[in-house]
Amino acid sequence: MKVYFDHNATTPLHPEVKKEMAEAMEMFGNPSSMHAWGREARANVEDARKRVAGFIGAGEDEIVFVGSGSEANNTVLSLFICATNQCIPGTKMRSTIITTKIEHPCVLETSECLAHRGARVKYLDVDRYGKIDLDQLESMLGDDVGLVSVMMANNEIGTFQDIETIAKMARSCGALMHTDAVQAVGKVPVDVNALGLDFLTISGHKIYGPKGVGALYVRKGTPYCPFIRGGHQERGRRAGTENTLGILGLGKAVEMRQLEMAGEAERLGALKAALRKGIEERIDDISFNGHPTDSLCGTLNVSFPGAEGESILLYLDLEGIAVSTGSACASGSLDPSHVLLATGVDAERAHGSIRISLGRESTMQEVEYMLDVLPRTIKRIRDMSTAYIKGGTHAASR
Amino acid sequence: MLQAGEWAYTEKLKEHFMSPKNIMQGENTDEFDGVGMEGNLQCGDQMMVVIRVDKESEVITDCQWKTYGCASAIASTSILSEMVKGMTLDQAFHISPKEVAKELGGLPENKIHCSVLGDKALRAAINDYYTRNGMGDKVKQEQVKTICQCMSITDHDIEDAVLEGARTYFELQERTKLGTVCGQCKPEAEALLEKFKHIHFGA
Repeated sequence: MKVYFDHNATTPLHPEVKKEMAEAMEMFGNPSSMHAWGREARANVEDARKRVAGFIGAGEDEIVFVGSGSEANNTVLSLFICATNQCIPGTKMRSTIITTKIEHPCVLETSECLAHRGARVKYLDVDRYGKIDLDQLESMLGDDVGLVSVMMANNEIGTFQDIETIAKMARSCGALMHTDAVQAVGKVPVDVNALGLDFLTISGHKIYGPKGVGALYVRKGTPYCPFIRGGHQERGRRAGTENTLGILGLGKAVEMRQLEMAGEAERLGALKAALRKGIEERIDDISFNGHPTDSLCGTLNVSFPGAEGESILLYLDLEGIAVSTGSACASGSLDPSHVLLATGVDAERAHGSIRISLGRESTMQEVEYMLDVLPRTIKRIRDMSTAYIKGGTHAASR
Repeated sequence: MLQAGEWAYTEKLKEHFMSPKNIMQGENTDEFDGVGMEGNLQCGDQMMVVIRVDKESEVITDCQWKTYGCASAIASTSILSEMVKGMTLDQAFHISPKEVAKELGGLPENKIHCSVLGDKALRAAINDYYTRNGMGDKVKQEQVKTICQCMSITDHDIEDAVLEGARTYFELQERTKLGTVCGQCKPEAEALLEKFKHIHFGA
């Protein structure tokens, strides 16, 4: 049996998206061209823009198509340093950025880079469930803060942040508000106006669309400086000939999310509950990471002390099951997941963690297969683990 | 379109990962002649090697292990446990991580540090045997010094690389990957490079 439980990493194309993209394979015109080929491509790009804008309650001229979620996040953070350096005429922005310790590396590493270029970056802590502390945010906010960037839902543990409140606080002190919503959009309803956002990041391949395409929402009137310069595309906000096929696929993906999202949340919630219950019943000495209720409906992160994550991942791979891990060994670095460590999980539990992320094609049958394979996989690894020898860390717990 | 590629690991490594040899059963180490433990759980890898020794000949008759670690840790300890059976304590003491990696058909660069604890734990077990049997004078201290902590490259590895032809810091890095992470070891590594060039080639 083949079971794909790694939807937070990427998702398969929705069959309808695949169909629409396959039909559009012949479309090769440059949307900037005035002839019929160009006008055909232009029509499809603008149609996709309309769908994406409508999906998040934005205006069509507030959507910039980009190459990925990472590019969208880089764009937002980088334009900020442009603005402080008066690269954007008539704008002198404040030089402090507030973000969190659990952002995606594309935000964290860009923030570090900006710090080298003169920005002041403040990092919000999170509690054991992965939630930021609004009081800490309040204490960090001031008239020096130009941008607050907080992810809507975390990719590793699934925890949601209260973006509406955070945005209200940020904007009331005059800062702009950005949220990386690549994991949240398409799983929960998102309205940029209700949330009070200035920027929002979307990625195509997290919502059953193609890879290599994303969208950045930019509120009308917000200072902006392109990250990729040198072309008039996207109204001068992102140079480079549009990824027409990708954009068309993203538009279709968003349309399908609109149709399927509501019913799916409940169905995946039930699968996740079954998975959680089964793991609890069948495996000793485990702990779940992330918020027990206020988290993505298909994301379950669990630690198995005494069993190392990369081993779990690869033994599951041999049984046809795909998951990911917070272990250092799988990442090639020496440090385990920065997200788990930020929630106060100790290093051993972080090394022994896996993330199971369900998606639209996941079934109860797959969950049952997982619940059959996982307990014996963990037992097998723990049986050869030094953690359980006489005097070892967990010797008494079994 | 290509099918799913193989793992980043060799077939040999995969074999040992799928069916590891000589895993110690149970939790009691008292019945062995020597016990060695290295690493810790917080760092993400820990190894324990236990041995049985024929006292007359000082030959290792049995070698078992437990590991908390990734696929390369499991496989390298498994293959090491096969390699040392029948060796004298002295022979086994001198097995290098390189020989273990070679036996596995090579390791991905970022996995080398995962495989070095096995032979360390083995040496600790051998020393434990000497200590228990009143041969404390035979206990050999780790004579190798780790120069590059990030990639676990020792002074011995640097010497090997020089013997194999490395003459510049760049060539040394090409062969060993030393100093490719944090780079803090560069001055020490350069000094050793010059030293071994002088010793072996009079340069």
